[in-house]
Amino acid sequence: MSDGVWWASQDFWRKCAIFVTAFMFVVLILLTFHSLAAITAGQDRVPAYSVINHRIDYVFDEERNMKVPVIGEEAPLFGEILTEEEAKALVDLGKLTVQAKNCMNCHTLLGNGAYYAPDLTKAWLDPGWGNEQARELLMTMFLKDPKTNARTYGTNRRMPDLGVTDEEVRGIIAFLKWMSAVDTNGFPQGFEPLPQGGS
Amino acid sequence: MAEAAIANPLRPALDAVAARDTSSLSAGQRLALKYFLVAMVLFVAQMLFGLLAGLQFLYPELLYGVLDFSVNRMVHINAMIVWMLYGFIGSIYWLVEDEAGVELVGAKLANINFWVLTSAVAVVVVVYLVVQVGPGNKMSIWLINEGREYIEAPRWADIGIVVCMGVFFYTVAGTFMKGRWSGISGTLVLDLIALAGLYLAGMFYTTNLSVDQYWWWWVVHLWVEATWEVLVGCIMAWGLMKTLGARREIVTTWLYIEVAMMFGAGILGLGHHYFWIGTPEYWLGIGGFFSALEPIPLVAMVVHAVYDAGRHSFQSRNHPALAWLIAHAFGNFLGAGVWGFIHTLPQINLYTHGTQWTTSHGHLAFFGAYATIVIAFIYIALQRWRGDVWMSGDLPDRGWKWKWSLALLNVGMLGMTVALLIAGYEQSFIERAIGGSTWAAYFEGQTQPWFVQGMQWRMVFGVLMTAGLVLLLWDFLTIGRGETRPAKEVHAPGPHVG
Repeated sequence: MSDGVWWASQDFWRKCAIFVTAFMFVVLILLTFHSLAAITAGQDRVPAYSVINHRIDYVFDEERNMKVPVIGEEAPLFGEILTEEEAKALVDLGKLTVQAKNCMNCHTLLGNGAYYAPDLTKAWLDPGWGNEQARELLMTMFLKDPKTNARTYGTNRRMPDLGVTDEEVRGIIAFLKWMSAVDTNGFPQGFEPLPQGGS
Repeated sequence: MAEAAIANPLRPALDAVAARDTSSLSAGQRLALKYFLVAMVLFVAQMLFGLLAGLQFLYPELLYGVLDFSVNRMVHINAMIVWMLYGFIGSIYWLVEDEAGVELVGAKLANINFWVLTSAVAVVVVVYLVVQVGPGNKMSIWLINEGREYIEAPRWADIGIVVCMGVFFYTVAGTFMKGRWSGISGTLVLDLIALAGLYLAGMFYTTNLSVDQYWWWWVVHLWVEATWEVLVGCIMAWGLMKTLGARREIVTTWLYIEVAMMFGAGILGLGHHYFWIGTPEYWLGIGGFFSALEPIPLVAMVVHAVYDAGRHSFQSRNHPALAWLIAHAFGNFLGAGVWGFIHTLPQINLYTHGTQWTTSHGHLAFFGAYATIVIAFIYIALQRWRGDVWMSGDLPDRGWKWKWSLALLNVGMLGMTVALLIAGYEQSFIERAIGGSTWAAYFEGQTQPWFVQGMQWRMVFGVLMTAGLVLLLWDFLTIGRGETRPAKEVHAPGPHVG
């Protein structure tokens, strides 16, 4: 294997391994700088936390040939306009609760996690809540008492009672609303949100 | 003992056959056995909690409110990650002194390190099972559960893991520095630095889920699809030399080729996790292209292993280990390579991301790439421990235990993978393509007969695997015991002709 031909020599491949690895890693670092800037909250692709003060829709974009979140008029969560800091604190409480309750080992978030329960990426916009007026109340009731208010669609797979407090429930809903406004390149495909605008 | 000495007067080390103690082993090898033992305990735990989680798909009321799916699934995947890491650490401790030519540096420290790490793992698992979840604050993340798939270990344990990995690294790198370096050990040590460094990327909290998942994939992807692959490449190279007598020059050159291709494709292949998490659209092209190349090094590994085995006419000093090394080569190629490739392009991944396709791929990839090679190494270790005894063909009882456990574990895993893939096809079609991924569409998919049948068959094959594991552990306890023939001598073949 190493008898003379350069392309089969150990030395050649050692150098290859080093250069290829170093080059790819440098490219990844450069892309990481760019991507992190693009996904900072408040930039084009990932909304500011105060997005929870607004109506969020999911509509088809001709140019990109995919559905994208569209941030609309004011539609405060629980009827209260929050400052950017207050909104961030509420979404943060929701994110912490989602982690502490281990939601990701049944659900998926942005499609990542476990597959025992539905994806939560667009849970805020899910047509299963009926309409915008009922949504906050139904979500609150479900999260507070998932045993009684189970939504199993005939599978009998019920969410366990995770003992979430009222404030944590508000946080989770704020987090879900914020997540539904993240630009996910058209994932999930073909998703139709619940009727918008008080219909 | 006398028989052994007569059979092979040149090997007084065979005295240990009768004693069956660990006194004939080096410090690193004794340590490796401890790691392997814990690895197997965790393998059993992984299997049991996997069975429970699988059953809950069919009987959702089972242990509802006591051991919910989320808990079982978390223990299932965490036990897997940790037993594989234990298997790797054990394998490295097994080969380090042989490869470096000196005794293990810091053996006492390494021993304490084992007990600290193992105690920490035990505490984490007990907290997972007993406490399960906490209130929505940072204390829960520090003390109970971080709630991020695969790296759920609470922050205190993260820090402990990093410290223990530091000690492990010190003992291994120190041993090579004291002794001699080789291509294998150089690659291994550099890879361990990357592996430990990457874990740090998962050790912080942020409100922004997109940023969270960006770094989370640095740990998960760059571990299992890059640094772990290179690590098993190193172990494989050493394993082929030991079981077949393959020439160092050849395995080392192959290792470099594999590293070049693995990192060449795998580092930017990370982009296939950045399609849908909020990251820019260019990742669709970069991730799709590079991750599509990821199977190439795995093909190279198959060619390498099979070519080497063929060159040596399958004359190995350890048949079970060689069989598992070959299972590794094919399992890695099929599970990580083919099963990864089939849903890696964004055009298909849009419909498969977050469905049972991922489960199917995950199962075969982790088993094929990593479980197999750890099992191979345990056989190599057992052979030496039991006194470098014969483990080639013509074993007592025709070696039925290792052959049947090999067959049951591999057939069980393949069957489970196919069953999950069929469930995944159905889910992509009903829930995604037709239903548009609403909650109603999700449950519509979950109740379709083909999905349910997929889950049923997964259980059948899971039970088959469990039987294979029982047999494997029985074989581990018995193989080579009472054997008096010394291990078969294997030699590197002469230069290739023609």
